[in-house]
Amino acid sequence: MRGSNIPVLHHSNLFKEFTMPHQISVFLENKPGKLERVTGLMAEGSINIRAITIADSGDFGILKILVDDPKEAYNILTRNGLVVAYREVVAIKINDTPGALLIIAQILQRHGINIDDAYGFVMESGTAAVFVIQVKDPAGASALLKEEGIELLKDDDLYYL
Amino acid sequence: MKYWSKELETIKRPDLEKLQLERLRRTLEQASRSPFYRESFRRESLNPENVRSLEDLAGFPFTSKADLRSAYPDRMLAVDPVEVVRMHSSSGTTGQATVVYHTARDLDRWTDLVTRSLVMAGCTPEDVFQNMMSYGLFTGGLGLHYGAERLGMMVIPAGGGNSHRQIQLLRDFNTTVIHITPSYALHLSDVIKDLDLNTDDFSLRLLIFGAEPYSSTTREKIEKAYGVTACNCYGLSEMNGPGVAFECRQSEGMHIWEDNYIVEIIDPVTEEPVSPGEKGEVVLTTINREAMPLIRYRTRDLAKLYQETDCPCGRNFQRLSRIVGRTDDMLIVRGVNVFPSQVEHVLMSLPEVGTNYQILLGREENLDRMTVRVEIQRRMFHGEMGELRALQRKIQHELKEQILITTEVELMEPGALPPSQGKAKRVIDKRQI
Repeated sequence: MRGSNIPVLHHSNLFKEFTMPHQISVFLENKPGKLERVTGLMAEGSINIRAITIADSGDFGILKILVDDPKEAYNILTRNGLVVAYREVVAIKINDTPGALLIIAQILQRHGINIDDAYGFVMESGTAAVFVIQVKDPAGASALLKEEGIELLKDDDLYYL
Repeated sequence: MKYWSKELETIKRPDLEKLQLERLRRTLEQASRSPFYRESFRRESLNPENVRSLEDLAGFPFTSKADLRSAYPDRMLAVDPVEVVRMHSSSGTTGQATVVYHTARDLDRWTDLVTRSLVMAGCTPEDVFQNMMSYGLFTGGLGLHYGAERLGMMVIPAGGGNSHRQIQLLRDFNTTVIHITPSYALHLSDVIKDLDLNTDDFSLRLLIFGAEPYSSTTREKIEKAYGVTACNCYGLSEMNGPGVAFECRQSEGMHIWEDNYIVEIIDPVTEEPVSPGEKGEVVLTTINREAMPLIRYRTRDLAKLYQETDCPCGRNFQRLSRIVGRTDDMLIVRGVNVFPSQVEHVLMSLPEVGTNYQILLGREENLDRMTVRVEIQRRMFHGEMGELRALQRKIQHELKEQILITTEVELMEPGALPPSQGKAKRVIDKRQI
């Protein structure tokens, strides 16, 4: 990337090459109906939300979503005046069993990878779950995790389960 | 003790006017020693020597806050700088402050005005005076401090805030008189109640209010909460500070010390004098100050004069009503003067936010609360909570530097606030005074 404040979106040709999952973040001011607006726009655009998380600071919040068409979602939200950011995240596939997350945590700790934000969801009950992490250097973290034999999910793996 | 300077305080109107004329002539001559007034008088072809009556003052131009700012830092200084012993400064509207200089003689006269004000309010050397106004560039703290000392009261220079310590001092030193803003008085009475204390057990007998406008309802509420009488005080840093006008025990308007100030009430639009007893802008001329005389200074405070000049207290000075408003958009928050343009100025310097903003004023537990709403710029959003929190703190810090009070900052989406063109409603004041 040429500059950290240039959204990845502007390099439209890069979309096809990147296989890492993309997360959409939406700034939510402290007003009722904001979540409804975002989800309404997604429904209108026939965009499927795979995972959602809201961080709340008391007077504003940040909504993060993983969707089946992140590029289109970004465009719809931006076109409708929302403040949106687009970034790569690392999606780790783990077994839906006790202790599975601990193994990942130990690897991250060993390599000194700091997690800015994380959330998880179950793909298939009792079998597979996804742990999504937001880190400073997603490409670097992905390489390290792969070396450790951890299965990472690509955009398509996430959206078309 | 009834009077501090009996002869001056009980002067008859004709003698007062003679004294005023003499002091006015001296003041105009003194003013013309400053670069600002020298040029102003020359431009208008005015000669202080030609002033024969008090009416002649009307021929001199007004001095505005903008003039004060343009004269920054010292173009209104009318004495040799070596004679100056203190300066005070008040915040400006766009970051430019205004400065007032004092010689030792000026401070001595100001102190004397405060002393006679306190005596008029009923203070005696037996009193213990707890000054809850902040000390510093702001004149509210130091202004009353020296007058209280001259009167012989024991002064507790407590400064503003820190309620628990204030209460401790009130109790341990048997404070009888406090100098306080009305909003802080309300807050403090709540804290006293929360601590299960009763003001009846205190030695308090008089509250002196300053720095903030307030309604008669608020006054009654505070007097009831403390079970003591309150006394109103008027002043502004341009005219020294507190001690320009003070209430006597009649509690019917504030006597203006007319041996030190000439007062006019004008229509702020036509700039003509209002009919006697009508509300208008208070215009003041210092007639007993040497470092920095101010001629026909437009205070932007709206008030009226009582028509009768004979008061049962024995003083014949005209009385000023409560300040009922402002001619500009100045806000008073926790006793501090704030202009919306100062907020705008801060926001303009921050690339992360737009220039649209809104100021919300409310009151929580009787303390003013100021919230500034700003719109974030799209390009600075990267989806990080930490980044937005840091931005909030940065804006808060910059505002505090500029307007000296702590504000809440609310981040909004671009376009969420009314646009800046036209008469956008920038300030929403929900405080009930």
